[in-house]
Amino acid sequence: MATYEEIEQTREDTAVSPTPRRRNGRELIIEGLILASGVSVIIIITLIFLFLLKEGLPAFTSQPISTFWGRRWYPIEETYGLLPLLAGSLLVTVGAVVIAVPLGLTTAVYLGEFAPDWLREILKPLIEVLAGIPSIVLGFLGWVALAPLIQNMGAPTGLTAFTGSLILAYMALPTIISITEDALYAVPKEYRDGSLAIGATHWQTVWRVVLPAARSGIVIAIMLGVGRAIGETMAVMLVTGNAANIPELGLGMMFQPIRTMTATIAAEMGEVAQGSTHYSVLFAIGIVLFIITFLVNSLATRLIGGRPKQRGAQL
Amino acid sequence: MDNKLEIQNFSFYYGQFQALINLNLPIRRNQITALIGPSGCGKSTFLRALNRMNDTIKGARAEGQVLLDGKNIYDPDVDVVQLRQRVGMVFQRPNPFPQSIYNNVAYGPRVLGLAGGNGRLDEIVEQSLRDAALWEDVKDRLEGPAQALNPGQQQRLCIARTIAVKPEVVLMDEPCSALDPVATLKIEELMQQLAADYTIVIVTHSMEQAARASHWTGFFWLGELVEYGRTPDLFTNPEKELTEAYITGRQG
Ligand SMILES: Nc1ncnc2c1ncn2[C@@H]1O[C@H](COP(=O)(O)OP(=O)(O)O)[C@@H](O)[C@H]1O
Ligand SMILES: [Mg+2]
Repeated sequence: MATYEEIEQTREDTAVSPTPRRRNGRELIIEGLILASGVSVIIIITLIFLFLLKEGLPAFTSQPISTFWGRRWYPIEETYGLLPLLAGSLLVTVGAVVIAVPLGLTTAVYLGEFAPDWLREILKPLIEVLAGIPSIVLGFLGWVALAPLIQNMGAPTGLTAFTGSLILAYMALPTIISITEDALYAVPKEYRDGSLAIGATHWQTVWRVVLPAARSGIVIAIMLGVGRAIGETMAVMLVTGNAANIPELGLGMMFQPIRTMTATIAAEMGEVAQGSTHYSVLFAIGIVLFIITFLVNSLATRLIGGRPKQRGAQL
Repeated sequence: MDNKLEIQNFSFYYGQFQALINLNLPIRRNQITALIGPSGCGKSTFLRALNRMNDTIKGARAEGQVLLDGKNIYDPDVDVVQLRQRVGMVFQRPNPFPQSIYNNVAYGPRVLGLAGGNGRLDEIVEQSLRDAALWEDVKDRLEGPAQALNPGQQQRLCIARTIAVKPEVVLMDEPCSALDPVATLKIEELMQQLAADYTIVIVTHSMEQAARASHWTGFFWLGELVEYGRTPDLFTNPEKELTEAYITGRQG
């Protein structure tokens, strides 16, 4: 058995020599690794962008910029008007946002705040299943089931911008719902108590206190959800009819076939000669997409970081 | 009748656990009643039972009566939302909403539709902030975020938010436990002024605070009300030995 002194001695040993040097070294290595992975992400993104520029820039020098502002996309005749593609992407995406955001937010609010426990137990796994469906399967579903339905409702064809929007909205929904729900859940109970104790109803509390407090989380939810949908190509290609027309303005706008920028790249990249004008124009479309995504992201960051409009604003 | 509230044979259960045991006491109108006792003895539970903030807790159940101006607040025909408008609450940790100072105070009047035009709302906000002794601090930054205030100011903002809907009773659950001594004294002064218009019930773990700032004191122990009386009497001449042991620091 060790004597009291011996135990004290060991204790002092461990206390005096906690090997600060070695631990420091380990921390340095970990720090280095983290730094390296952070830097490598930046490098990779830069390389991608440089590659895009290298392949895409010739498109802007080989012909006047004004060609891109054209209303016709007809590569066989060397006519590269981007407007129909821009309009197509815009229509499908905005349509998807208009469908997915209200639906997603109300579902999340219902699930997080009002649904009885048993119903939530059923709905939450179902929504996760929805998130797990490969997008091409959704696209296929849209093609065989949704498109005929829309045609029956009186559209000239079932393959329309609206069909694409619906499919994209369903892709974005699970993300929007689950992240919004998390954001609502993260709102401190103190805020709710404070509101209820004044005599506000549950509904008023959710609408005027919980939702505004969860605002940044909700913006992130929308961005991630829509982000997933924007990048989606194949499913959209399947159901939008792929006609590079500028849809006529008006009520029927959503019910005409369109073609998106992503679908154009995917469909045509396989058949162009490397280094041809058509080839570099496709890369130029990539640059445009890159810039749009960047702008949307910066806008979202603004929204999250910005101060809420205070007095008088209906928060 | 000078009893704003009358608690009769009141018990409260969290599932199987009985947190409050057959309480009987009055809460006097326009007076400050302090509730003291070791933590876990049921002070918060009792306070939250007075405006039914416990209603949302699963498995919780109340027995007996709480009469507000003679009407039992646990009667089935009582509208909880209206009850809470009449019996407001200030919490332990200041909990202003993450919005502007103005919106925090205007919240109740807006939600309850108390202010007709916008000018009227401005008036209510100003008066409430004045009553909460906060107007001079914030009148130039009403649009600023409430979270930028210091904790003492935040708690006074919460008081302003509560009195903006003109409640009859204000419940305060250890409102000063997160505050420094100066801010604490300010709240105590404020309570004295508010007592002219409101009936106040304050839970406190500080016996000095109860002795300084209240007219009546109730001493809780393990869910029971051990003693209730005028504050000077209870502190200088307690009837029960347990009370004396607790206030002299031998027990608790
Ligand atoms: N939501 C709850 N569910 C179950 N038991 C609770 C709950 N809230 C409080 N209690 C229990 O009730 C007793 C009284 O708690 P509380 O009223 O918070 O005491 P105090 O405010 O005096 O410290 C404690 O034993 C506590 O554990
Ligand atoms: Mg407590």
